[in-house]
Amino acid sequence: MNALAARRRHPAAIALLILVGLLVTGAAYAALAPKPAQASTTSAAQAEEGKKLFQANCSSCHGLNAEGTPDGPSLAGVGAAAVDFQVGTGRMPMAAPGVQAPRTERIKFSDEEIAAMAAYVASLAPGPAVPDEEYTSGEGGDVAKGGELFRVNCAMCHNFAGSGGALTRGKYAPPLRDIEGKHIYEAMATGPQSMPVFNDTNISPESKRDVIAFLHSIDKQENPGGLALGNMGPVSEGLFIWVFGLGIMIGFAVWLGQKSA
Amino acid sequence: MNEHGTEHGGPVADQRSEGYGSTAVRLDQGHVEGTGRLPARFENPGLPPHIPRAADLDDAAAKRAEKQVATMFGVSMLGTLVFIVAYFAIPMETQVFMPGIGKANLSNVVLGVSMALGLLGIGVGAVHWAKTLMPDTEVVEERHPMRSGDDARRGFVKTLLTGGTEAQLDRRPLIKYSLGGALGLFALPMVLQVAGSLGPLPKDELSKTMWKKGDRLVRDPEHTAIKATDVTIGSVFHVLPESIKESEHILEDKAKAAVLLLRLEPDDIKVAKARDWGYEGIVAYSKICTHVGCPVGLYEQQTHHLLCPCHQSTFDVTQDCKVIFGPAKRPLPQLKITVDAEGYLVADAPFREAVGPSFWERG
Amino acid sequence: MSTTAHNATGADRLRANDPEPEAPVSPGLNKVGGVAGWVDDRTGAAKGVGYLMKKVFPDHWSFMLGEVAMYSMIICLLTGAFLTFWFVPSAGHVAYEGSYLPLRGVMMSEAYASTLDISFDIRGGLIIRQIHHWAALLFIVAIQVHMLRVFFTGAFRKPREINWLIGAQLSMLALVEGFAGYSLPDDLLSGTGLRAAEGFMRSIPVLGSYVSFFVFDGPFPGEAIIPRLYSVHVLLLPAILVGLFTAHIVLVAVQKHTQFPGPGRTNENVVGYPVMPVYAAKAGGFFFIVFGVIALMSALVTINPIWAYGPYDPSPVTAGSQPDWYMGFADGALRLLPGFLEFEAFGFTFSFNVMIGAILLIPVMYGLISIYPFVEEWVTGDKREHHLLDRPRNNPTRTAIGMAAISIYAVLMFAAGNDIMAIKLGLSINDITIFLRAAFFFAPPIVYWITKRICLSLQRRDRDLVLHGRETGRIIRTAEGRFYEKHEALDPYTRWNLVQHEQHQPLQLEAGTDQHGVASPTARMDRLRAKVSHFYFKDRVEPVSPAELEAAHHDGHHMEEIEQQERGGATLVEVGSGDNPDAEHSSRH
Repeated sequence: MNALAARRRHPAAIALLILVGLLVTGAAYAALAPKPAQASTTSAAQAEEGKKLFQANCSSCHGLNAEGTPDGPSLAGVGAAAVDFQVGTGRMPMAAPGVQAPRTERIKFSDEEIAAMAAYVASLAPGPAVPDEEYTSGEGGDVAKGGELFRVNCAMCHNFAGSGGALTRGKYAPPLRDIEGKHIYEAMATGPQSMPVFNDTNISPESKRDVIAFLHSIDKQENPGGLALGNMGPVSEGLFIWVFGLGIMIGFAVWLGQKSA
Repeated sequence: MNEHGTEHGGPVADQRSEGYGSTAVRLDQGHVEGTGRLPARFENPGLPPHIPRAADLDDAAAKRAEKQVATMFGVSMLGTLVFIVAYFAIPMETQVFMPGIGKANLSNVVLGVSMALGLLGIGVGAVHWAKTLMPDTEVVEERHPMRSGDDARRGFVKTLLTGGTEAQLDRRPLIKYSLGGALGLFALPMVLQVAGSLGPLPKDELSKTMWKKGDRLVRDPEHTAIKATDVTIGSVFHVLPESIKESEHILEDKAKAAVLLLRLEPDDIKVAKARDWGYEGIVAYSKICTHVGCPVGLYEQQTHHLLCPCHQSTFDVTQDCKVIFGPAKRPLPQLKITVDAEGYLVADAPFREAVGPSFWERG
Repeated sequence: MSTTAHNATGADRLRANDPEPEAPVSPGLNKVGGVAGWVDDRTGAAKGVGYLMKKVFPDHWSFMLGEVAMYSMIICLLTGAFLTFWFVPSAGHVAYEGSYLPLRGVMMSEAYASTLDISFDIRGGLIIRQIHHWAALLFIVAIQVHMLRVFFTGAFRKPREINWLIGAQLSMLALVEGFAGYSLPDDLLSGTGLRAAEGFMRSIPVLGSYVSFFVFDGPFPGEAIIPRLYSVHVLLLPAILVGLFTAHIVLVAVQKHTQFPGPGRTNENVVGYPVMPVYAAKAGGFFFIVFGVIALMSALVTINPIWAYGPYDPSPVTAGSQPDWYMGFADGALRLLPGFLEFEAFGFTFSFNVMIGAILLIPVMYGLISIYPFVEEWVTGDKREHHLLDRPRNNPTRTAIGMAAISIYAVLMFAAGNDIMAIKLGLSINDITIFLRAAFFFAPPIVYWITKRICLSLQRRDRDLVLHGRETGRIIRTAEGRFYEKHEALDPYTRWNLVQHEQHQPLQLEAGTDQHGVASPTARMDRLRAKVSHFYFKDRVEPVSPAELEAAHHDGHHMEEIEQQERGGATLVEVGSGDNPDAEHSSRH
């Protein structure tokens, strides 16, 4: 009797067998199952692919030919950048009706699918293209200059540290934490939802790179003074001092006055 | 059950011969004159009996308390020592990652925590010492009425009046009135100097900005000129007059001259004057809020609303920046713009009204 | 001394054993006597200091709130003095050369640059700066909570009206001091606040533009405001604050601290512990505790990250632009005041939408706060000295007025954070604003009514406790199958707290005219006074009297049998209700 046979009645044997079975089945499925449409290398085919995806997922609000409906605006002229941004940050397809589409972690589509849909929308009318890697990584950007630009153009909505801010009627400018440089660029270029358009003639690509560098520097979470309390300014500081500052002081005062054991 | 006991009515057993109960009254009887056996109000029972603490009774507990106090003072000394070492040893740029905090400045954290220990050690030690080892028998100190005695008061009045009489004030009213006049006036020079020299008269400075006809609109902060074709629908540009570079008072001029440049579909602009003062749907409005002067920066591209972040005044660009919500009253002043020969946007006229917050003589 | 119980020692007795001056006890004492003697030879201080050392202070945690304020102020003075060595109060423009990279080369004022230097290039500068700012915030928190404690316990009554006025001034000046302080670094956030301040000044009728140009030495921002705020913050206001607060605590020492009512405590004594050694240790130790806690906060939690805000420029602005918390109520008022309050007449602009919130609110608020003790004195006609505090429930109208005032303040504070609330709670900022505008009017009466009812209910509960004792949770079952719960009478010490207070009666109106029909010159004021007094005291719950307690015992039916006190001591409880047929337990325990 060999070693394997000697252990066939081991309690772990059945668990191991199930595990092996699952792995084999899964691998077989992965190898043999029909693949979703691959992004093809030619852009016309890509746009065609994108159109199919668009009609399946987006046309109910944006119209069969992206002409717009009461539920969603026309996408003619928004450009590939808009699609890359909206779908890439999980904002679109919009999961639930609301004042605006929030960023989500759940991204329904692969990068190839997003590129396909972007190609389709780009084919409808000229619009901002997906930006070049050179400007979107933030590498070589001037953080100081980016900060100055950010404070003039962005801080009034997004707050000085990009912690987000309120707009009217329940809309908001979202926090800018941990966003890919590409998406920051695209948001500036396309002006999603309430955000104005900061095209390349308003804020040049180099300046956009500086802004990206600035935002990425904040992502490094360097809080020299300690806990940043959300970088929301005096409101959170006031809340902290009332709850914790006063609370601790009263705690000590009560302890001070109590009779000792 | 209520305290009046009337639910159960009936005669109340009275005339107890022992203890207090001379005549206990039914509470629904109203006011009954008592025989004086019961006081009208409860009397102060005096200080409650003193309960000794463990350290009062037990030597071992006292020794323990002593050790605790000494330990805390020891912690304080340790903290101080750590501060002194850390002050020299930790370079200022070092960062430390703390969970929940991120990358904090190590020097700040160590100096602060060690200082805190140095102080808390003394404080907690001293308080613990007082609580465990110092006497905790309550001490009574008598108060005295705040007022002075009648004699003292009479003496005061007498001294005051005598002084007045000896100074012949009552006989010499001329002195009294002229003294009043002098004392009433002497402080005026001081007040006048400081109030008068604090600052210049405003004259018409609040009503004018540095914008002139022909001034190019430049981006803030890059100071580059803007072509009309650069401005697309839905854009917002933060602009300044080109001549601000030569200004000797840049911030003061910026505080009046900051302007927002926006582009809308001309049909979306409902007020004719607003369309005329713009250029092909490009309009320029003062960025200084008419409420108390914050920059109105938030532009909602879809609704064409401008929102001021300070107090939420909302201006509708399609209605010539009329106030549609919030505490502002006046609409944002519009800057008349056009393009110059090379296609760059220029101001066509200075502002026609004062920008920024209202003031009395604004009219 | 009639109220002292057996083992209490009077302060007089403490002093009775003071040694004769010509008897040095030991060589060691001689040595101390050396220094003290030297000083005493020149000042005669031994008597006074000796007296002060034996002064008695009562013990309650809420009395420490004023101390928190005082210590925070001292900490601010100390750390502030340090900061003046490095801070440059100048608006002159420089390019930043320090070690904070995201601002390298940026043009800024010297004030801002020097604050960055303190934060990044001076050893320990950041901790000192953060201690200074956290201590300032805690200072004002403690002032306001202390003020509330004084209000709700009626400690402002005679003879402490002067101290109340001084305290109101301290509170108001502390707000200005804080505002001046956080505006000094000239960062984007505080600069926006200064910008708004200039707008406030403009709203003053007739003089507005002059006030603005005088304060800023010309158009906003100018180069004068930073150095001027510096003078105010470092020199003028600290001098006034220290002077006022010294008067404040001298008065407390002279008038002696108030105390909560309790067994052994009367209006004519102070029961507590002497300064030497207990209070010296406790109060002195508390200073170190306050300082230590502030230092700990400053080590771990960022305050006012001016490097993140950037230097002030009139063009940019940040979302979430609020002043420091203590100015929040004024900011909230400005957000709620509607725009139609501004109008033009006779060629002039009347900006009441700004003026009411920015210029009038603080003086009106502090004016009302200041006159309150006198209103209450007018309404009660009470001219006695009060050294025993009120339990808030025993003065329901005052407590309800206080809570209503807090509710107005809270509405304004929430209004200041309306945009933060909007994004954190997912609400519309417009809806929040409109709701709070309405709440400003409907919240105070509701809060007033609820508070008053709660106070009256609590008083009735106290009466209940006295009359029927404490529910012990022990259930007795009689042979007939009836169940009742045994109640335990309160011991006289606990009971005293619930019965010691007096209730004011509404003032009675005297006849408005005399016998000849001549109207009294003060008739109208008297009528008003009687009306307000009636409003104050018409709802009252009298404390239990011995006669009522007696009646409760006799009338107490078996459901609430009161047990004899087991621990002896004087008792007013009638022992023996043998005529109660249901008292199966008449044999007691």
